[in-house]
Amino acid sequence: MSQEATQDTTRDRPVEATDRSAAPAERLLDIEGLSKSFGTVRANRDINLHVGRGEIVALLGENGAGKSTLVKQIFGLIKPDHGTITIKGDASPIKDPKDAIRRGIGMVHQHFQLVPVMTVAENMILGHETTSRGVLDIEGARQLVRELSDKHGLKVDPDVEVEDLPVGTQQRVEILKALSRRVDLLILDEPTAVLTPQETDELLTVMKELAAGGTSIVFITHKLREVLAVADRVYVLRQGGVVGEVATADTDARGLATMMVGRDVVLRVDKEEATPGDDVLSIRDLVVLDDRQLRAVDGFSLDVRAGEIVGVAGVEGNGQRELVEAIAGMRPPQSGRIDLLGKDITKANPHDTHVAGVGHIPEDRERHGLVASYSLADNLVLNRFSEKPFANGFVRDFDEVRKNAEALFTEFDIRAAGVQAMAGSLSGGNKQKVVVAREMSFRPKLLMAAQPTRGVDVGSIEFIHRRIVAARDAGAAVLLVSAELDEVLSLADRIAVIHGGKVVAEMPGKDADRTEIGRLMAGDH
Amino acid sequence: MEWLKRNQITVGAGLVILVAAYVFYAVNSNVATSMFSGAWFFAVPLVLGALTGVVGERSGVVNIGIEGQMLVAAFAAFFSAAATGSLIVGVLVGMLAGIAMGAFLALTTVKGLMDQIIAGVVINIVATGLTSFFYRPGKVLSANMPQWEVPLLSKIPLIGDVFFQSGPIALFALVSVPVVHFALFRTRWGLRTRSIGEYPSAADTAGIDVIRMRLVNVTIGGIFAGAAGAYLSMEATGGFERGMTAGRGFLALAILIFGGWRPLRVFAAALFFGFTNALASQLQGVISIPQQFITLLPYLLTLIVLAVAAGRVRAPAAVGQPFVKGEGS
Repeated sequence: MSQEATQDTTRDRPVEATDRSAAPAERLLDIEGLSKSFGTVRANRDINLHVGRGEIVALLGENGAGKSTLVKQIFGLIKPDHGTITIKGDASPIKDPKDAIRRGIGMVHQHFQLVPVMTVAENMILGHETTSRGVLDIEGARQLVRELSDKHGLKVDPDVEVEDLPVGTQQRVEILKALSRRVDLLILDEPTAVLTPQETDELLTVMKELAAGGTSIVFITHKLREVLAVADRVYVLRQGGVVGEVATADTDARGLATMMVGRDVVLRVDKEEATPGDDVLSIRDLVVLDDRQLRAVDGFSLDVRAGEIVGVAGVEGNGQRELVEAIAGMRPPQSGRIDLLGKDITKANPHDTHVAGVGHIPEDRERHGLVASYSLADNLVLNRFSEKPFANGFVRDFDEVRKNAEALFTEFDIRAAGVQAMAGSLSGGNKQKVVVAREMSFRPKLLMAAQPTRGVDVGSIEFIHRRIVAARDAGAAVLLVSAELDEVLSLADRIAVIHGGKVVAEMPGKDADRTEIGRLMAGDH
Repeated sequence: MEWLKRNQITVGAGLVILVAAYVFYAVNSNVATSMFSGAWFFAVPLVLGALTGVVGERSGVVNIGIEGQMLVAAFAAFFSAAATGSLIVGVLVGMLAGIAMGAFLALTTVKGLMDQIIAGVVINIVATGLTSFFYRPGKVLSANMPQWEVPLLSKIPLIGDVFFQSGPIALFALVSVPVVHFALFRTRWGLRTRSIGEYPSAADTAGIDVIRMRLVNVTIGGIFAGAAGAYLSMEATGGFERGMTAGRGFLALAILIFGGWRPLRVFAAALFFGFTNALASQLQGVISIPQQFITLLPYLLTLIVLAVAAGRVRAPAAVGQPFVKGEGS
């Protein structure tokens, strides 16, 4: 703690002083040496970033790269460990969102902060209402909505309840709400994640118009097309740090994709040549809809054989999640067929797929991997608690559950207070090891690993990688879905590049060309 | 005008009922007056209890302790009035008792993050225990509660007799309904209250102190349950008995749901309950049904109403969920 404090004074103060004099007047936001850690995970490390007036700056990076952490600090939701954030020449710490709003920062959260059962006008004034003789001035609020929506060309009816609006319009309300508080800098946290393509295009137009009117915009995305369409400059983040800053005029999708997945030293994984056996998983013409009922997986076909690791590489949001959920039985496919060892599991539920021999390391371990309020011992038998030896008929055998947990603790190097500790109390890496241990311990025929090392410390990454290779060597078919190209390159025996919900190329993992894959991932094929 | 348009069904139904009531009055004025008076007599504590529920649940705090709040207030009101000989003191102490119970619920659930249902159960159990333990028979009030006549309004046929010639607490209930309704939908307080009950994190990012507002609302909201208790022991009966609320707090809860967490509808729902009760009493002489079934009627009706209404009305979205700053944004 004290060490941090000294570092803080020695490093940041001089920077701040020199910077103030050097910064051009039109610099609206200036971030110097910003760092933030959560436990042992360094979410942001030594970030330098600046935004000029009327400039659109994109923060590009995969989930977990630290983009959200960065903007939350700008908006005062979390406090930095080191570094300074200077807004219009004022480098005093941002106390809370209210302080940020006061200083001209507006933020549109990924989850809209609107009250669904209230009208647009009511949402607009919430928190700074005007009243006359105690009565709410709703007419004034309506007027405000109309004025703002005329001024910025964002059509919204002030009298409609927010829940009756399509998502894209709700977002407009959020943007108008921010604008009603006179923002200089608008932060948009993954604004297009919930939008349809048409809504996305509309939003991009709006962003351009706002910027032309002098509002600066920082927006988070992992979609290259959007960056190239609206941003003036882009910062590429990876593992908490800025790995590249480039004007969009000087780059293209391929260049950005390469930056995003990185040129870091490939994590070395020692493995023998694969000796593939028969087909274990066979997918044919699979179509799966996403939550917005769009075809996220669109005619996907792939085979995975016993004893090989097939890596699915692609920019996030190209149907990977829906693909994995369909195989796991969590999301019924629209059409197509999934076979496991010759058995049709297209319509199977998650329990059926487990029984059929699918081990699933889900992308979102907090939601789909663990029950935070259960003990580790119970979490380790979540999919088998009713099977022998963990139960005799209706009665659970806690001795066996405990023995199983103790054995897996040793085997998978899980570090926790004990087998009865609550799963929620563990660090990300250890949580993931619990999921990995459970899904591997029943010797699945198919091991499906989705983003298996996301948000996990380096030591655990290595460990998990070795276990995946070990599972392959034991004869399992492994389907690895990862947004980290490095991970796919170092693990996969065969690589399938996914774009727009289908496989656009397949190649052997050995000697696969990174640039080539980057190009394919960007949709250039 | 716009308001009329939006609430045309409610207003239409209200008019139909009003016309029917006056037709009834024209046919037999005595029976009509006594039936509607009986309905309102039964409905007063339900309306008041439900208003406590409205204020609390609109702020996001479930209150199943209304029954206990009412019982403690009935006890406190009666015995303080009997001890001091002052009716005003009794009524005020009753209201304060309701507020104190509200404060208990607020502190345990909003500050202490106790489960709201459990806190409500605790209130009910504690209320039964305390009031039974300290109950002493044989006390009487020095005087009956006065009957007030509201000038002019009390001269209206039927409505005047039913609503505007009554005790002070019943009048307080009558006034409270439109006041709370207006406050909830037309004032800054109301807008903020609804926002913290629907989506507290949105309120929080708008700079509203969710915790403080919930504490204040749940506490002050207890005044209505307090008044309901005072009504039962002082205005309706003039005596306290063990367990005298007899499930009225839970009826109020049912009415709260049936009324869709809106004071005006809650008022209508309570009258409906009261009217069924009065109707049953009237029918007693006409067709022979045992007395027990008559008293059962409101509770049976509760079951039916809730079964029908439960799927249609929507509770404030955040009701029952503790708010912890910084989570979920």
